[in-house]
Amino acid sequence: MAVAARRAEASVADNPLPLIQLRNVTKVYGEGATQFQALKGIDLDITAGDFVAVMGPSGSGKSTTMNILGCLDVPSSGEFLFNGFHVEQLGRDQRALMRRKYLGFVFQGFNLLARTSALENVELPLVYRGDPKAQRRDAAMAALAKVGLDKWWDHTPAELSGGQQQRVAIARAIVTNPAVLLADEPTGNLDSERSVEIMELLTDLNRTSNITVLMVTHEPDMAEFARTLVHFKDGLIERIEQNDKVPA
Amino acid sequence: MFGTTFILAIRSILRHKLRSILTALGIIIGVAAVVTMVTLGKATTAAVQQQISSLGTNILQVRPGQGFGRGGGGPQPANFDEQDVQAVRDQIAGVIAVAPQAQSSGTAIHEGANATTTVNGTTLDYFRVQPWPLVDGRTWNRAEEQAGKGVCVIGNTVRKNLFNGGDAVGKRLRINGISCDVIGILSTRGQAGFGGDQDDVVIMPIKQVQRRFTGNRDIRLMLVGTDPDYETAQVQAGITSLLRERRNITGGKQDDFNIFDTAQISATLTGTTTLLTQIVAAVAGISLVVGGIGIMNIMLVSVTERTREIGIRLAIGAVASEVLMQFLVEAVVLAMLGGVIGLLLAQFAVAGLSIAGGLPFLFDVQINVIAFAISAIIGVVFGYFPARRAASLNPIDALRHE
Repeated sequence: MAVAARRAEASVADNPLPLIQLRNVTKVYGEGATQFQALKGIDLDITAGDFVAVMGPSGSGKSTTMNILGCLDVPSSGEFLFNGFHVEQLGRDQRALMRRKYLGFVFQGFNLLARTSALENVELPLVYRGDPKAQRRDAAMAALAKVGLDKWWDHTPAELSGGQQQRVAIARAIVTNPAVLLADEPTGNLDSERSVEIMELLTDLNRTSNITVLMVTHEPDMAEFARTLVHFKDGLIERIEQNDKVPA
Repeated sequence: MFGTTFILAIRSILRHKLRSILTALGIIIGVAAVVTMVTLGKATTAAVQQQISSLGTNILQVRPGQGFGRGGGGPQPANFDEQDVQAVRDQIAGVIAVAPQAQSSGTAIHEGANATTTVNGTTLDYFRVQPWPLVDGRTWNRAEEQAGKGVCVIGNTVRKNLFNGGDAVGKRLRINGISCDVIGILSTRGQAGFGGDQDDVVIMPIKQVQRRFTGNRDIRLMLVGTDPDYETAQVQAGITSLLRERRNITGGKQDDFNIFDTAQISATLTGTTTLLTQIVAAVAGISLVVGGIGIMNIMLVSVTERTREIGIRLAIGAVASEVLMQFLVEAVVLAMLGGVIGLLLAQFAVAGLSIAGGLPFLFDVQINVIAFAISAIIGVVFGYFPARRAASLNPIDALRHE
């Protein structure tokens, strides 16, 4: 993996290829009678810098797709190319290194470490990357500043509002300068006002930091912020739309 | 990678202080118990050895009667006399000197002060068979011994009681109305192993004691100094057969005297206390293992409770071995922390119990190092299984865990 990752990195800039390519990807859970086919062979290209909203009813395969795209799971068959390189058959630890290097995650439930300051939460990916302490601190503070929470760095999640917690989670996801930000219903636990703020933040990161954003949502209002809308149904991609209201 | 996981482990421990202390509690108690027991055991052994050796090495104590004391009913066995002393001295190979003893007690008076003390009549050989130097003055000479003069050498306790710890040589004291001149002061010996203060004694020529105190010529104890080149057992056997002959004990009849070998008693007692120490340490060691199982239990609960946290860590790019190391390091650090607290507690416990039990305070480096090492090993052994479980979690399931 280390070699694959380095090759992927070397050519990540101005590549005419889509950043992510899925080719006839299937995912089967269970065996025999209880077998369930979550993905029935999907093809999807995502260009670098895109803002993609993944929509569809539950059980439609959108979460499974996100897990595969997030290198948390592997497809049962088919190809997954990240920046032109095959990553569909990477092992557990290699996928962990993929996540560490190229991906950032934002979850519906924020998933911050309890009793841990915002700063330490944001630092965590850098700890795993092995950055020295001072560098970690600076990068984490910069990420917190990007989400407008640098003044709150020493607060624990319990001392922050839901919207603030999600901002900390976004800071944690972007602190490593990932190529892709995967957001799983990032506004699901927030009221509409907070939700709009979070979406504006994601849009801003997508534009200014050129981070590709993949977001699962079932709220059409939130999907309006995305440039590309991917609709799932019954383990297949039903249709892909371009949102004209969002400038390319 | 170790540095990273160490930071994470320490952070996690500090973040959950109560849980950490509870986790380490078993180890704390186990280590404290082992160290306290072994240290006290060693202190007891040392105290016993010191007390026995204060009686002198290469000394046989010969007393009338069977075993300790003089036995229960029946006729009292006869005391020894001067001929017995001479016979033992002259006829047994390996005997350097024999000091006879006649004992009495009385109230000693000097000016206003008075105190009950032991009067010990003996010969100059007493000072040859055992090392008991004087700190002041002199012992009596042969002429004084022959004449049974009223001179005495006193122990430090007597000096304290009668002379306020001050100068006593040249002064005169009276015991039961009989006066004696203090000519020497003995060095301090301390408590005897079996109760009694060895320094609370007035020693004078045996003739004086027999004449003025006991009123007979009996000898209640012979201290036999043996040549270290000779086997003590052999000397003991020689004395036994000689005394049996002199006391007309024939055939299968039991001895009506006993010979007490301090070296042998010392070895026996040391062996016993060492064995007891080992047994108690083994029991305490079991509590250490139970402490290890306690760590494993809480770590397992902790892994379940922190499933979501593990999911987060995996999602942001922790590899399995880093999660494993984090939990393993947590367990080891907790165990070592417990070990350190246990060691500290043990020192307090040892200090308190030593004072209460009149034992010397020991700091035994060996057992402290061993107990600490064991606590670390327990952390590794019992931390591995929960850590493995944490590392093998699937990030997707872990993140969904409520």
